[in-house]
Amino acid sequence: MSEIAQPSPIAVPLGAVRPLLLNWRRHVPLLLVAPLLIYMLVLYALPVLAMLLRSLNDPTWTLSHYTALFEDVVFAKTFWITINTSVTVTLGCLVLGYPVAMGLVRAKAMAPLILIVILLPFWTSVLVRSYAWMVLLGRHGLVNEGLIAIGMIDRPLRILNTPLATQIAMIHILLPYMILPIANALRQIDPSLIRAASGLGATPFMTFRQIILPLSMSGVAAGTLLTFVLALGFYITPAMVGGPRDITLSMLIAQEVDQLNWPYAATLSAVLLATALAILAAARHLPGVGNAFRMSMR
Amino acid sequence: MGEAGMNDAGRGASVTLADLEKRYDRVNAVDGVSLDILSGEFLTLLGPSGSGKTSTLMMIAGFETPTAGDIAIDGTSVVAMPPYRRNIGMVFQNYALFPHLTVDENIGFPLKQRGVPKAERAKLVAEALELVHLPGYGERYPRQLSGGQQQRVAVARAVVFKPRLLLMDEPLGALDKQLRENLQLEMRRLHSDLGITFIYVTHDQEEALTMSDRIAVMNDGKVAQVGSPEDLYDRPSDRFVAGFIGESNFLPAIVRGMEDDVVIAECDGALIRAMCPGRPASGDKVTLTTRPERLRFADSAWNATTPQNRLSVTVTEAVFAGERCRYMLQAGDGTSMVLKEPSSAAIRRRAIGERAEISWSVADTILV
Repeated sequence: MSEIAQPSPIAVPLGAVRPLLLNWRRHVPLLLVAPLLIYMLVLYALPVLAMLLRSLNDPTWTLSHYTALFEDVVFAKTFWITINTSVTVTLGCLVLGYPVAMGLVRAKAMAPLILIVILLPFWTSVLVRSYAWMVLLGRHGLVNEGLIAIGMIDRPLRILNTPLATQIAMIHILLPYMILPIANALRQIDPSLIRAASGLGATPFMTFRQIILPLSMSGVAAGTLLTFVLALGFYITPAMVGGPRDITLSMLIAQEVDQLNWPYAATLSAVLLATALAILAAARHLPGVGNAFRMSMR
Repeated sequence: MGEAGMNDAGRGASVTLADLEKRYDRVNAVDGVSLDILSGEFLTLLGPSGSGKTSTLMMIAGFETPTAGDIAIDGTSVVAMPPYRRNIGMVFQNYALFPHLTVDENIGFPLKQRGVPKAERAKLVAEALELVHLPGYGERYPRQLSGGQQQRVAVARAVVFKPRLLLMDEPLGALDKQLRENLQLEMRRLHSDLGITFIYVTHDQEEALTMSDRIAVMNDGKVAQVGSPEDLYDRPSDRFVAGFIGESNFLPAIVRGMEDDVVIAECDGALIRAMCPGRPASGDKVTLTTRPERLRFADSAWNATTPQNRLSVTVTEAVFAGERCRYMLQAGDGTSMVLKEPSSAAIRRRAIGERAEISWSVADTILV
């Protein structure tokens, strides 16, 4: 024992090297993400920043582009339509998605099939799906022809190019973002809790309201947030199936870019980005949201 | 609340299982269980995992539907009744406390479902917390409690609405030995305080022996034997029960005759007498069983006052285990047996390879 306790000549250099080795190990995760980080910084973050700067320094440093928005009727209306559409779509996704999430969690043998059906839209481009909705919702589309065939209506309804068409198509596209976080939260609920509630005298509805719903709120919050923020920036779908006068912020930005009105487009982009960030920041304080986010990303 | 159920003589419900069956795919988890559980009784379903004890309990609670057979509580069939109408208290193995509710809210949950007004609810919840020795814990959340405390809350929640039947599914399984033994005594006390019927599921034979009025030993989806702890230990009806509850020696023997209800059988050249309720025929091959702590070395200071069996053996293993010495013995025909005797300075230790004569009481020998 005494021999080992004595300082050996090798002990000194090893002792000096060890912290360096440890440091090197600690930085391995950073080194692994570095290539992507540099790629994103150079090709994404910097251009976005340069773009946003044009709302402040074009032609000279000024806040006038922002102050002008307060009197801008077109902006006000567009902003309202954007928020309104996003809220409606999010609520639609929640109402339609929650039961599906429950079905997904309850199903045993059918679960993989249900999951594939939910994820199917992910594997098709938004453009293709929006085209599909144009075909379905058009004057001579499947929906109108079907309703006429069963005698519910005499003349085709005007669905395409209305806010309703935008909402229908967006709900379809965004549903998975609502379903998956909710399903994840539901899956975390210990089945014996539901049995316990039932054994203690709660009917299935009481069990849902007092046990299942509160315990799945983290998933509901995460799904709602994800859906809402994604809906805020939707462009292709409202542009294709929406009404010509129902312009959303992203459509307005595209219009201004077309007319090379860069400072105005940059200002609108900044507002859109700020809205999304503000909502995310506010929601961060909701209980369980951070947790649910992590889970849904598995 | 609960008044409707109070017209019966006892405070506890009686439960009748009649040819109860549960089939999953092609496996019979429960295979023809018939059992009468008396009002106010503490009955334990004891068995190894997969013996069907938990499935049986789940069917009584209503979480599983029987494939065949009937369950009657106080004479009324409940098979078609959903769990939330059965008015049965249940304690789960993992406690199943609602994590988003406080202890008070958890215990108040069954009262709330029954529409008990808030003030009344608070009073009953406080009483229930008192009953399980946790007053003052009402504001906490389950995750702030230890395992033993969570278990007490689960018990309080299961009895607060004064059910006439309490089901418990290995409620002490997750706790350490010391705590488990304390809670076993508390469960017994709770049972005599409440006077209601307890049905308790466990795989721990010691727990079953300590707590129960009666034990139903289950094996392969069937009830192997029902009886008091003494019945099962002293008079096991078959080899499985003898082996599962406590330790047993099994002696292969051939029946040579009967004397009243005592069978005389030949084992390794010696005639052994055993208790036997049936009438085996002469020449039948049978198994006799006896407990290791009831065997004695014949030459030790031991005054037998009852009829004894004797057998010559060789000591093959000797282990000192504190309060007891444990010997592995071998009879001439190769049958191995275990003998346990108190470790006392007054008793001579046996050496390995030593030949010895052992004896034990006829009353402690059972034909299984």
